[in-house]
Amino acid sequence: MTTLFGVPLPAILGQLMLGLVNGSFYALLSLGLAVIFGLLGVVNFAHGAFYMLGAFAAYIGLEFLGVNYWWALLLAPLSVGLLGIIIERLFLRQLYQVEPVYGLLLTFGIALIAEGVMRSLFGASGRSYPVPPLLQGGFNLGFMVLPIYRAWVILASVTVCCVTWFLIERTRLGSRLRAATENAKLVQAFGINVPLLVMCTYGAGVGLAALAGVLAAPVIQVSPLMGSSLVIVVFAVVVIGGMGSIVGAIAGGLVLGLVEGLTKVVYPEASNIVVFIIMAVVLIWRPAGLFGKEQ
Amino acid sequence: MRAQIAVYAVLAALALIAPFLGLYPVFLMKLLCFAIFACAFNLLLGFTKMLSFGHAAYFGGSAYITGWLVTAQGWGSIEAIIGGVLAAMLLGLVIGAIAVRRQGIYFAMITLALAQLVFFVCLQADFTGGENGLQGITRGSIFGWVGLGNDRTLYYFVLAVFVAVYALIRRIVNSPFGQVLKAIRANEPRCVSLGYKVDRYKLMAFVLSASLSGLAGSLKALVLGFATLSDVGQTNSGEVILMTLLGGSGTFLGPAIGAVVVVTLQEYLSEIVGAWVSVIIGAIFVVCVLIFRRGFVGEIHRRFAQRAA
Repeated sequence: MTTLFGVPLPAILGQLMLGLVNGSFYALLSLGLAVIFGLLGVVNFAHGAFYMLGAFAAYIGLEFLGVNYWWALLLAPLSVGLLGIIIERLFLRQLYQVEPVYGLLLTFGIALIAEGVMRSLFGASGRSYPVPPLLQGGFNLGFMVLPIYRAWVILASVTVCCVTWFLIERTRLGSRLRAATENAKLVQAFGINVPLLVMCTYGAGVGLAALAGVLAAPVIQVSPLMGSSLVIVVFAVVVIGGMGSIVGAIAGGLVLGLVEGLTKVVYPEASNIVVFIIMAVVLIWRPAGLFGKEQ
Repeated sequence: MRAQIAVYAVLAALALIAPFLGLYPVFLMKLLCFAIFACAFNLLLGFTKMLSFGHAAYFGGSAYITGWLVTAQGWGSIEAIIGGVLAAMLLGLVIGAIAVRRQGIYFAMITLALAQLVFFVCLQADFTGGENGLQGITRGSIFGWVGLGNDRTLYYFVLAVFVAVYALIRRIVNSPFGQVLKAIRANEPRCVSLGYKVDRYKLMAFVLSASLSGLAGSLKALVLGFATLSDVGQTNSGEVILMTLLGGSGTFLGPAIGAVVVVTLQEYLSEIVGAWVSVIIGAIFVVCVLIFRRGFVGEIHRRFAQRAA
């Protein structure tokens, strides 16, 4: 059997596959974070909590309301996005005039509330969500078995990332969004409803996090704390890619997921911290991040 | 000024007689440890306007080091505390050197991410006891002269350390060095153009704050007899921010008051409402950020200033 670093090749490919799946989640989450940061200047600490709420929305839908996976893919991001819009209207909006760190602190408080509520209602232990029947099983590629659901996660999130990128960089709506990011006052003066744009952007970013949560539900345990450490990894991914950079967020997420998978093969003890080490190195070498612009 | 002296006199008297008022001494010591932590944190947030989101790394890191030195190496209490503080200093120097390269929100995210790295190291390293943490850290004595096993003796020891730290922070803030920190808080680019090596001052403040946070963590390890993952976790980093904000960042007394309020709330509420306590803490966070950004002491200062005007 072929080996690499003294590890059989199928095992390495399996870990890389897992890494790519994690990378898909990182990409979806950091994309939403980057879009929100670009327009609102808010680092959304609650992003991990919204990811968790997305997964719980799918779980609750299936357990109590008979909503299947495919409907959950649509409904969970919509309902969590709506919650995000309410939070933006009620709370975040009041902080645009003060320093950006207060936005971070506010969303941290919101994350505490969301996690606390879910923990009180559902307990701290994880719950499993079944893989939908259509996506069960795997392809035999000859050298390894590729689980269909994992392939689906990668495909779905890469597609969503590409569509989002296209929306922002190539459409009229996206050009308005980018203009508002550059200079909100001027865009407002041109008669574009910037507050509405801001509200929808926050809702959409949060919706992306919830979508990642639904996609993640069948591969990890659904638990109230599933997002709390993930959000910090995603922060690191965004810092590495360069804050506010869409391409940096997507590419950074996928690549760092792969690197994490590879580290699990070579030196498993470091797999949790490799992203943070890379972040430190990148910051020393390029303080603005790989795709970021120096201010 | 006279009012200030009166407040300090009342607080000092309260602190001295507190163990005789029927309050549980271990709880009082826990309050003091977190008060030291919040005051140390305030040196950074309040006087230099640098929001570190990873101060649990120094607090918890020191708690582990002190605990390990006592349990595994058989060190005396004071030596173990000094060891813990030195470890926090070193950690603060390394993380600070990376983090001060960026400002504001970036600084917060970088300190958070690097603190998470410390968290995972504590989770996986051999000497920290993994998920269980370090248990059975004995209190020992002050160089073999005075035993610290008695709750009241230890209480006065911790109180003395708190007073010393408090005085030290006042001294630092009112020194020429502290003036430069406040100037950086007011207008950083201007300080750069005046020729101050701003990054060096910020790093210095960061290391000081990290070391004193470490001192708080070391004391906490001796007081409660254990060091766990929740000491280094992000929730702890968040809570020290809440203590400082709630009490009043940039005031001397505020963070200590905030620490007393938050720790007391957690202690008593968790018995009554269980897991809902984090919901309440989160809600206080939201309210504090939205409408109470000056904090208790900051609001009092503002009222007095208005009346004087």
